Amino acid sequence: MSDHDNGHIQEHIRVYLTVFGALAVLTLLTVGVSYLNVSSTEAIFLALTIATIKASLVAGYFMHLITEKQTIVWLLILTFFFFLVCMFLPMIYDFDHTRLS
Amino acid sequence: MSNDSHHEENFLQKYIFSVDHKIIGIQYGITSLMFLFFGFCLMMVMRWQLAYPETPVPYIGGLLGETGILMPEIYNMLGAMHGTIMIFLGVVPLAVGAFGNYIVPLQIGAPDMAFPKLNAASYWSYFIGGVIMLASFFLPEGAARSGWTSYPPLSIFETGQTAWLIGMVFLITSSLLGSMNIIVTIVQLRAPGLTWFRLPFFVWGQFVTAFLLVLAFPPLEAAAVLQLMDRVAQTSFFLPSGLVYSGAAVDVYGSGSPLLWQHLFWFLAHPEVYVLILPAMGIVGDVIANNTRKPLWGYKSIVYGSVFLGFMSFIVWAHHMFLTGMGQAMSSFFQTTTMIISIPSVIILTSFFISLWGASIRFTTPMLFALAFLPMFGIGGLTGLPLGVGASDIHLHDTYYVIGHFHYVVAPGTIFALFAGIYYWFPKMTGRKMSEALGKLHFWPSLIFMNGIFLPMFIQGLAGVSRRLYDGGQSYAHAQDVLQWNEFMSISAFCLAAAQIPFFINIFVSMFNGEKVGRNPWQSTTIEWSAPSPPLPHRNFENQVEVYRGPYEYSVPGADKDFSPQTEK
Amino acid sequence: MQIPYITEERPDTGLTNSKLGIWVFLASEIMLFGGLFSAYVFLRIAAPEGDFAYWGSKLNIPMATINTLVLISSSMTMIMSWASLKMKDFEKYKMYMGLTLLFASIFLVIKYFEYTGKFHHGIYPSSSTFMGIYFTLTGLHMLHIIGGMIVMGYFWLPFGNKMWTTEPERFTNRIEIAGLYWHFVDLVWIFLFPILYLL
Ligand code: HEM
Ligand SMILES: [Cu+2]
Repeated sequence: MSDHDNGHIQEHIRVYLTVFGALAVLTLLTVGVSYLNVSSTEAIFLALTIATIKASLVAGYFMHLITEKQTIVWLLILTFFFFLVCMFLPMIYDFDHTRLS
Repeated sequence: MSNDSHHEENFLQKYIFSVDHKIIGIQYGITSLMFLFFGFCLMMVMRWQLAYPETPVPYIGGLLGETGILMPEIYNMLGAMHGTIMIFLGVVPLAVGAFGNYIVPLQIGAPDMAFPKLNAASYWSYFIGGVIMLASFFLPEGAARSGWTSYPPLSIFETGQTAWLIGMVFLITSSLLGSMNIIVTIVQLRAPGLTWFRLPFFVWGQFVTAFLLVLAFPPLEAAAVLQLMDRVAQTSFFLPSGLVYSGAAVDVYGSGSPLLWQHLFWFLAHPEVYVLILPAMGIVGDVIANNTRKPLWGYKSIVYGSVFLGFMSFIVWAHHMFLTGMGQAMSSFFQTTTMIISIPSVIILTSFFISLWGASIRFTTPMLFALAFLPMFGIGGLTGLPLGVGASDIHLHDTYYVIGHFHYVVAPGTIFALFAGIYYWFPKMTGRKMSEALGKLHFWPSLIFMNGIFLPMFIQGLAGVSRRLYDGGQSYAHAQDVLQWNEFMSISAFCLAAAQIPFFINIFVSMFNGEKVGRNPWQSTTIEWSAPSPPLPHRNFENQVEVYRGPYEYSVPGADKDFSPQTEK
Repeated sequence: MQIPYITEERPDTGLTNSKLGIWVFLASEIMLFGGLFSAYVFLRIAAPEGDFAYWGSKLNIPMATINTLVLISSSMTMIMSWASLKMKDFEKYKMYMGLTLLFASIFLVIKYFEYTGKFHHGIYPSSSTFMGIYFTLTGLHMLHIIGGMIVMGYFWLPFGNKMWTTEPERFTNRIEIAGLYWHFVDLVWIFLFPILYLL
């Protein structure tokens, strides 16, 4: 049992190392991209895409979300929905607002 | 862990720094009742001023300054602290901290909460937050005076707000710890056989409430931190450019937005109103089923309704902001969601009413309070609808009508339900019943005077009397026709205070001299009644509980008695 | 009766209490930073054109890049410390946990130099809305780092890790839980880095 476990863990460790490498590369990439001469919308898009990929790697592999139990996945989906509400409705509100400033 | 219950505990371990959910629940209960009483006293001082403007306040006038007259600054302070104390230090800790803590583990057949130490941390964080709030009255700059909503820019400039913010951070932390615990407890510690649809409605109410707290409170915590920065580090998150205060330009960077605070605040505070009501509905559901001796009508619809209610409550918040210049699209969106959210409330209320149909009702004290809850909450909810429509809200916003609306839901609504809960579960907590005679003496005057206070508020509000006036409208032409109600409401408030005397007497007398009862004095079906009264320290039940049936199996045809407990085969 | 599901998993959810507990806690943390990010976006829209970019350019990108790499490395060593416990290798656990603490301290030191660098140039939270939100966000994040270090330090020191000898499984779970929190703190930084420094 523990032998099998160990082999399992060894495999995991290889995955962790790969993820770590990818995170480091993506960090340098996002810094590099920020020196490109692109419009600010494009820059925001690029930076957030890279950040999202990095975050997904951390959440998926370091935090084991890809193999996590249903209960937790549902909890996070619910949270993420409200997160989006909290993030975006103020923005939409602002666009649809008789701006005083 | 199990060994803990055997070794001798000294007084401090047993009653003060206990990690037993029952002791913590009772600590929460006593503390929050004291805060409720204190908040009520603040309100009575304000009501004196409204009824008899510029007249020295009797008895305690000396505390308010040399003349004994309530000054406007102090009036604002009392108003802000009344709201804060009632909501964050009174009702929520009583509903969630006390009842949630005491009853939920018992109703799901668990030995304790999932994280007992976290539970104690939650209480002590609440306690510290409360002490900070109280202490702020004695600081040189006094307590907060910018309303319980703390709208900037006022809240950035007014004194006393810093203590409020720090206190709030503790209170928020406390609620977060407590509700995390409740969620884990309900998901993980349900007794064998207790499936989701065998949970009493009270547990469902607490479950949804805990989610609301966990997901809605953090943005307010964020906002509190930002406001704290505005106050202590001179940032300008909530201050626009070009602001002038007391005739002088404000020396900050500017370019912030006061509306940002309103968004973050109401993102919490609308779910918060459901935090106030869902546990109350849970109590009412349990008490009604028990005293009608019938299953709760439409149990599943009520459960789905409350889940839907919780979900929707996150996307209605801007109905508090119709007058902030929002555009058509947003305003239509929030009007629509507000109308939609009233549907589940109606479903729940209707199911409760139908449950009464054809029942042979036992008019016990808890049942009286639960019955009174129904129309009172109905009035509160229905008066919310005109507020949810932008066109009528333009007239009603920030008037006494709004005060009437939410007090009907919270005071004769939630607080009555909490009274019902106290009368209902007191035998479980102490092994003795509360006196029925004193209970009725408590109930009837309370019902009358509650309405005496809040009904005239609708009249004043419709006439356009603004909600935060220090003189109650004396100097406003349009208020002249409805001024006479002020005295009436204030006298009702003082009488309501007097009506609470039987309640306090009842608690103390019954604690020592009440009629001794066994495990199940109300012949109830839910699991908490199969534990000894009071339940065993640290483990509640003698043996592992097993559950065989739904929560409200009353008057099952063919059964030998009119209730079939969940723990009986 | 003991509180069940402390080390073994509840059959129908497949979870231990603390596993669910930490995720509920992280859910609330997501909403906390959600509120702050939403404030950032709102303030950025409300600010004069180019104001955020102008003040943002005053931040030190190389330092922050190094810090990002430091934090990622600490996440890596954190998960290795847990994997070592899974393989029953306590010495390796102590080494990796020590490394995690070291990386966390390096992060704080670099952050300290960043902050004092700003103060030397007369830049404070009140200097602009951007600087305000910069100091608030990174300050709160730093508090999270410090909180994590306290917990991890406790599990690293002898009086904290003696549970390994009595209840190894429970101890391993605790490290996993602490790890989840730590990765979350890393994850927040992954977003803070671009929105504050690069945009
Ligand atoms: C059932 C349907 C409900 C609707 C449609 C509704 C609608 C509204 C609206 C539109 C306002 C804002 C009014 C204004 O400021 O102009 C409001 C205020 C308020 N409501 Fe409700 N409400 C409902 C139920 C509740 C419940 C159940 C509670 C609490 C238990 C509650 C508590 C409050 C509070 C505390 C305020 C005032 C906040 C303040 O400005 O200080 N409401 N309601
Ligand atoms: Cu609302």
